[in-house]
Formats: sequence, C-alpha cells, structure tokens
Amino acid sequence: MARRGPGALFNVPASTNPGVSVRISMTVNGAVQDHDVEPRTLLVQYLREACALTGTKIGCDTSSCGACTVLVDDESVKSCTMFAAQADGRSVTTIEGLAPEGALHPVQQAFQDNHGLQCGFCTAGMVMAAVSLLDEIPNPTEREVREGLEGNLCRCTGYHNIVKAVLAAAGSAR
Amino acid sequence: MIPAAFDYVRAGSADEAIAILSEHGDDAKLLAGGMSLIPLMKLRLSTPSVLVDVGRVADLSYVRDAGDRLAIGALTRHRDIETSDVLAEHCGVLRAVAAQVGDNQVRHRGTIGGSVAHGDPASDLPAALLALDATFVARGRAGEREIAAADFFQGFLETALAPDELLTEIRVPKTGPRGFSYQKFNRRAQDWAIVGAVAVTNGATRVALVNMGTTPLRALAVEAALAAGAAPADASAHAADGTEPAADLNASPEYRCHLARVLTRRALEEAAT
Ligand SMILES: Cc1cc2nc3c(=O)[nH]c(=O)nc-3n(C[C@H](O)[C@H](O)[C@H](O)COP(=O)(O)OP(=O)(O)OC[C@H]3O[C@@H](n4cnc5c(N)ncnc54)[C@H](O)[C@@H]3O)c2cc1C
Ligand code: FES
Ligand code: FES
Repeated sequence: MARRGPGALFNVPASTNPGVSVRISMTVNGAVQDHDVEPRTLLVQYLREACALTGTKIGCDTSSCGACTVLVDDESVKSCTMFAAQADGRSVTTIEGLAPEGALHPVQQAFQDNHGLQCGFCTAGMVMAAVSLLDEIPNPTEREVREGLEGNLCRCTGYHNIVKAVLAAAGSAR
Repeated sequence: MIPAAFDYVRAGSADEAIAILSEHGDDAKLLAGGMSLIPLMKLRLSTPSVLVDVGRVADLSYVRDAGDRLAIGALTRHRDIETSDVLAEHCGVLRAVAAQVGDNQVRHRGTIGGSVAHGDPASDLPAALLALDATFVARGRAGEREIAAADFFQGFLETALAPDELLTEIRVPKTGPRGFSYQKFNRRAQDWAIVGAVAVTNGATRVALVNMGTTPLRALAVEAALAAGAAPADASAHAADGTEPAADLNASPEYRCHLARVLTRRALEEAAT
C-alpha cells in the first residue's frame, strides 16, 4: 500500500499550476472585505496588502514570534501560518479594530500605563494575544499570563512590564 | 515566505475529501489546522498542487464517551482537547499533553488528527496515544479500517495511512483523571520536546518517549522491569535501551539517552502520586 511518508511529503514536483484564484469574503474589524486572492495568500498578507491594515506585523514569518497574531472568531492565531482562504466567512479582528478611532482598548491602555512596550514591533501581536488570553481566562495568575503569552516574543522589554500590563488590564475589567 | 501555488478546495464532508484525494492522487494533500503543513509549504519542502481543506468538517470535531472507551474526532483542536470535561474525568493525560503543544495560537488551530497523521517523532500527542494503546480509524474509498497505535507510526513523518485515506477518529481507553505524567524537556517555552516521557498507569504502567528515534516509541524495557516489580528509579535506567536518538543542534544522542532516563524516572514518580 502506498504510504504517507517523506516521499509523499518532500518529493512532489513543484506545481506548474498557477493556482486558480478564489473569491473570499470575511468580516475584518466589523466591515465586510471581499477580494479575489491566490489560494497561497497568507492571512497576514491579505490583511496588510488587500485590506491595507498594516498594524499587524510580520516578525519571523516562521510561526515563532507571534508579531502577526490576530483574532479569528475571537481566538488568537498566527496570521503568517494561516491561508486567507481559511478565514473565508469568518470574523477577523486586528489591532486597528480593538477600539473605536481615537480610543484605546483596556489592554492597549494598560500597555501604555505600565510601559509594556519599547520599540513596539511585538506590541500589536502581544496585545491581540493578551485579549484572547483574557477572553479565555478573565482573572489569570501571573504564571497563566506568562504561559499564555509563550507564543509571543519581545526583544526589548524583558516581558515583566508586559505581564504587569496584562494583569492590570484583567484587574480593570473586573 | 510564500508557498508554491496550489488549487484550494474546501471539503464539506469526510467523504467529499476522500473523493477529491482519490481523484488527484499524490498531488493532493489534506489541510487540517495547517500548523505543520503550512510551515513546510512556506519552506517549499512540501509543494502539493491541490490542497483539500478539511478544517470545517465539523462533524469530525468531538470528544465522546463511548461506554468503555472514548472517541475523539480527528479534527478536534488541541484547544478543545485541553479544555474537554469528558477528558478531565476519563483521560486526564490527553488534556495535560495537549496543553503542552506549542502555544495558544497553535492550539487554537492545530488538530489531534493532524498531529497524528504528520508522524513527527518530536510531537507530544502521538507518544501519549502510543502509551494509551489508542486505535486510529482511517477512512478511504474502500471504507473504514482500524489501525493500532503500535502499527501506525512507521518511520520519520511516515505512517500507515494511505495518501487517499482520512484519519477520522481516535479511540482511547478510559484511564481516569489521574495516574499519569508528561515530562517534556525543552529550552524555549513554545518548542517541541528535546526529549519527552509520558507515563500512564491504568492497572499496568505504560511509558512512551518523544524524540528518541524516527517514531514515537514505547519504553518496553521499562514497562517489563516495572511489571517484574522494579522500583521507578531502577526501571527508568532502561528508558534508552534499544533506542537510536538523533543528534541535532539541541542534543547529542548520549544526552538524549540521559534525558530519557531522568524524565522517565520523574514521570513514573509523578504518575504514582
Ligand atoms: C510554533 C509551533 C509550535 C509547535 N509546537 C509543537 C509542540 O510543542 N508539540 C507538538 O506536538 N506539536 C507542535 N506543533 C505542531 C502542531 O502540533 C500541529 O498542530 C500538528 O502537528 C498538526 O496538526 P494540524 O491540524 O495543524 O495539521 P496540518 O498541518 O493541517 O497537517 C499535518 C499533516 O497531516 C495531514 N493530515 C491532517 N489531518 C489529517 C487527517 N484527518 N487525516 C489524514 N491526514 C491528515 C496533512 O495532510 C499534513 O500532511 C507546533 C507548531 C507550530 C507552528
Ligand atoms: S510573523 Fe507570524 S509568528 Fe512571527
Ligand atoms: S517592544 Fe520591541 S520587541 Fe517588544
């Protein structure tokens, strides 16, 4: 019997197929977005390029850093490791959609109040991951915050103020 | 990094997915959560020309009490395993192991079936399912067949599944809320295990190892020593017997063997408390 093995995984000849475009439609930050995309379009590319929402960052492009974290149906995902077509029909929230123009979401406010960012590159992803975490665990312990953010890397802050900010945001929502 | 181009087809049901797979043969691949496949495609180590998305086949996402055992749909996400009440009561080990997979973002998308079908010896859930003596249900054009965990993992990224088969269900015995331990050793929080050891006590004690060879492995010499009455500290000395772990950036084979013995001892001690 033919087996699913490294042969099947690695030796398939590169496709000559351009990939038929697909029409996808999703709600992004409350507004409907319709676009024709190549199936290989990643969600992060779709958000940044088709929707012109550049708040979501690409850090590592290898599913490691979490800078690209957005919410799909209110759950955090790494948008560099999801095809836009997989989000078809779903509701996506990016950092731009957390609070009305000019206002800050409680988690954003807590990052500002607690100095939870320095260069800011990780911040959009960090905030989105924290929003999802607080949705699942409204009153986390410090340990739960640290473990809940394990998919997000920050090269500046040393994490302590990020953890403080998330705990403060949980407190302010109480 | 952009994957090579492909056609995207979303399957509405298991049977539809199987029909599309058989039509395209080796050029097609199933996409579940994408947490293993998409990174490989971005590196162009995998270049399927058709991707069959089964991510929305909702009737393959469940954890059910099936009398003397539990039935878990292949599309059940790690997140749903780690929070399942049925598993908390009847198979605590799977909940605990699923909670150790990657990070929240990965667990929101990755599925237990994808983890099993990928056949990576460094993955957490396959070793736990081996220790549980799970049964895997595969569906193809010819119908359904059951595959024992002991026969399923055949080599590095190589399983008993045929290219046009869909893994639909995973069946595990009821082992209760306690009596297990998973010791995962890694250097960074979200990483795969450098080595892992899972112990499950349900009458007899079974032990399986993560990343100690080309497949997840049962530590049969440890189990035999325990059955003969050896204490955990003595039994765990056999954890690396017969294994040939790889050398990589993280560890030499000798270090992996050492880790296997230490982690197995810790797992046995914790499972007994
Ligand atoms: C940052 C990161 C960290 C991770 N850390 C860990 C970790 O610590 N431990 C760990 O164990 N894993 C880890 N993983 C991998 C993760 O567990 C994956 O979710 C899992 O290995 C694959 O599940 P999936 O649903 O995403 O499968 P996919 O990526 O969609 O598919 C994987 C393979 O299985 C096949 N497949 C999928 N579903 C089926 C099915 N039902 N029937 C037949 N074939 C199928 C696909 O064709 C593909 O070949 C990590 C992944 C990432 C991105
Ligand atoms: S850019 Fe997606 S995880 Fe780093
Ligand atoms: S603030 Fe610079 S990476 Fe986090």
